[in-house]
Amino acid sequence: MHHVDTLIGNESLEEIVESCVQTIETPGFADAQAWKAEAPGRAIAGCFPVYSPVEVFDAAGMLAVGLAGGGNRMEIAHADSRFQSFVCSIVKSTLEQGMTGMLAEFDALVFHSICDPARNLASVYQRNFPDKRVEYIHFPQNLGVPEAIVFLTGEYARVATSMSELTGKYPSADALRGSIAVYNEVRALIRRLYAIRSEAPHRLSARELYPLVRYGNLVAPEIHIDVLTRALAGVLQREGRPRDRVRAILAGSFCEQPPLDLIAAIEDAGCYLVDDDFLIGRRFFYADVDASAEDPYRALAQAYVDGSVPVAVKHDLRISKSEALVARARAHKADAVIVLCAKFCEPALFEYPLYRRALQAAEIPHIFLEFEEKMWMFERTKTEIETFVESLLFA
Amino acid sequence: MTELQYQGHLHQLQKQLMANYYAALTASAEGSGEPAAYLLIGGNPVELLRAFDILPVFPEVNALQLAVKKQSLPHIQAAEFMGYSSDNCAYVKADIGQYFAGRKTPFATIPEPSLLLCNYVGCNVYLDWFGHLSEYSGCPAFQLDIPFIRSKSGFPSKDDVDYVMRQLQRLIERCEEITGRQLDEDRLRECVRLSSLTGELWSKIKHLTKHTPAPYDAYFDSVTMMAPLYCLRGTPEGLVFFETAYAEMAERVAANRGPLETERFRYVIEGPPPWPHLRTFRDMFSRWNAVAVASTYSTVGGLWEFGFRHDPDHPLESIACHLLEWNLTNRNFLQRYEQIERYLDEWHASALIIHSVKSCRLFSAGQGDMREYFTKLGVPTLLIESDLEDPRYFSEAQMRTRIDAFFESLGHRALVQEASA
Repeated sequence: MHHVDTLIGNESLEEIVESCVQTIETPGFADAQAWKAEAPGRAIAGCFPVYSPVEVFDAAGMLAVGLAGGGNRMEIAHADSRFQSFVCSIVKSTLEQGMTGMLAEFDALVFHSICDPARNLASVYQRNFPDKRVEYIHFPQNLGVPEAIVFLTGEYARVATSMSELTGKYPSADALRGSIAVYNEVRALIRRLYAIRSEAPHRLSARELYPLVRYGNLVAPEIHIDVLTRALAGVLQREGRPRDRVRAILAGSFCEQPPLDLIAAIEDAGCYLVDDDFLIGRRFFYADVDASAEDPYRALAQAYVDGSVPVAVKHDLRISKSEALVARARAHKADAVIVLCAKFCEPALFEYPLYRRALQAAEIPHIFLEFEEKMWMFERTKTEIETFVESLLFA
Repeated sequence: MTELQYQGHLHQLQKQLMANYYAALTASAEGSGEPAAYLLIGGNPVELLRAFDILPVFPEVNALQLAVKKQSLPHIQAAEFMGYSSDNCAYVKADIGQYFAGRKTPFATIPEPSLLLCNYVGCNVYLDWFGHLSEYSGCPAFQLDIPFIRSKSGFPSKDDVDYVMRQLQRLIERCEEITGRQLDEDRLRECVRLSSLTGELWSKIKHLTKHTPAPYDAYFDSVTMMAPLYCLRGTPEGLVFFETAYAEMAERVAANRGPLETERFRYVIEGPPPWPHLRTFRDMFSRWNAVAVASTYSTVGGLWEFGFRHDPDHPLESIACHLLEWNLTNRNFLQRYEQIERYLDEWHASALIIHSVKSCRLFSAGQGDMREYFTKLGVPTLLIESDLEDPRYFSEAQMRTRIDAFFESLGHRALVQEASA
């Protein structure tokens, strides 16, 4: 098996995907550590979901690594005693990563105002790892007012100052504009791949798209751009005929991530996943962030407030998230919606009653399922989806 | 063991005042014309509403009342039937359940909201809760976004304060729209003055439990005083209640009288109570002559005992500071460790009880780390689990066994220390 960034350009899409799979399923952060070792003064920031302003870290001379939990290959031996049984798995596995030394090379850890366990995890990290810089970003929850942008602009500048104390490099406006441009390219490529999958899901499955996106959690954005570009070329060359499957969109998996085999099982059960919210923070904006703005901090804040997608952890009174879900289903010509929530994820679970109401009113069939990142048997979920699919195909 | 009898003047007064408060809610629901605003306990800005003669309605208080009266489960189940998860906060479920049951409770008919004031003070569930109420009621929510305390100093930044002040101005505009009249600044100052005096008395009451024996249980008796602290703060009746409470508690100190016949153990307790089983839970401590001398739960709405006072000369600024800095919910988890350490030290407690509730992850997520921290400090610490609203999560036998074992070992420890002294 090749390592993805050592592939030389004539590899198949399958090879690129499988290289990404190998990287994302290997515990540890070898690529990030290698990146840090390449030059003095480099530092790593581990960013907890859902969305983090990665450009700020990039411009400060850091690699913004996306933390996505421990998956189903990690045993929780220490963190269970710190967080109770009713707390979601990603909180515990992220702490376990710290307690087992996997984040030893990380200089900073960044958490966000997404939920109460994530908030308390920031404090637990601060206490248990006093040598690491722990930052907590408060995203405004009053998005309809101008002061929200002012506040968030200041919040990003505050974090930039904190990171510059680690790297000695405060992100200048030019540097930040450059980082925005780079990440715009990443996001544009991901948007393109998502659009292709929606139009022709037989050419690119979720089982393939997911590792391509998640690979970006672990490497520098320039490497990710290269891989996505080559993957896109492979997708465009691909042919094939659509099969008789249910077109479904998926919601609820924006933080803790389902195992790759679960995603595959959903597709194998007879679905085309034509849209999802996996790793939503990697493609958080509808369009490019303004990379030529006079104040790039403000441009990033503006994009969060006015140009980002609906997600359970963002409370935007200007829109109804359940209506947005219905609109998303219609835009993707979906036959059905799969609500796939991480167990104990309160923000996701709180969405469901409103989703259900709206989907029933819109007469869009849906199924509700729960998962945990550590699950490793998928037959039951697959059977549930199969039954659901059959009920749609043979109704 | 002698059980505390709830016959004091204070308890009678509380019952009367709360009955009056709920009667006003019912009158509003039945068309008295007094607008009602729903808001949340965490660092609540109730003074602003009082200044506009808007009735404050606290869904958390209503939910816990349902639980105390053993009425919460059918509402929780009704909400679960609507799609709410068994893992969602049961306060929310009980409240949504009663909302769809016609808002009729054994203590009041809850009015429809004229304002859904989501004071987002730390608890992320607040946002979902009021978002859902907004969708069901059709009343727009007002999101009062309070930046969480995230600096090592434990203080909000100037930007944080400015951000909140601007939002308070918008809230005033919204209240003006609802009531059709301008803010009366003198009236606001008066409400804030009453809150300031109330806070002063509440702080003094809380410091009285430093005395041995503590004149009241700072957990089980504090909750009696917390309802007027939120529902009546900023009113003359609220102030009278706290004057009465202080006089009664000071008298007990003078008489060396505590809530139990003897005070054998002094402990600090962290976390909300199991409302559906409050009496049973209390008895588990009383039988050991154990008295809570301080509790973190009694500071969710404000941390007066550490110095906060509303300021009638700067009413809005002090409301902003209350929301940002001077309540438990908007402070970070490590600030809670500091708070507990102060209690253990200054209130002369020898043990920590952590009551971990499933519903409220703001309180509970990470309490295993808290236990580890205090155990390493040499503080005997017990972590027990149940829920604040859902009666199904209370295992009486298991809870009793753990509490018995804890106090038994604490008693033994004291014996050994005595012998080696």
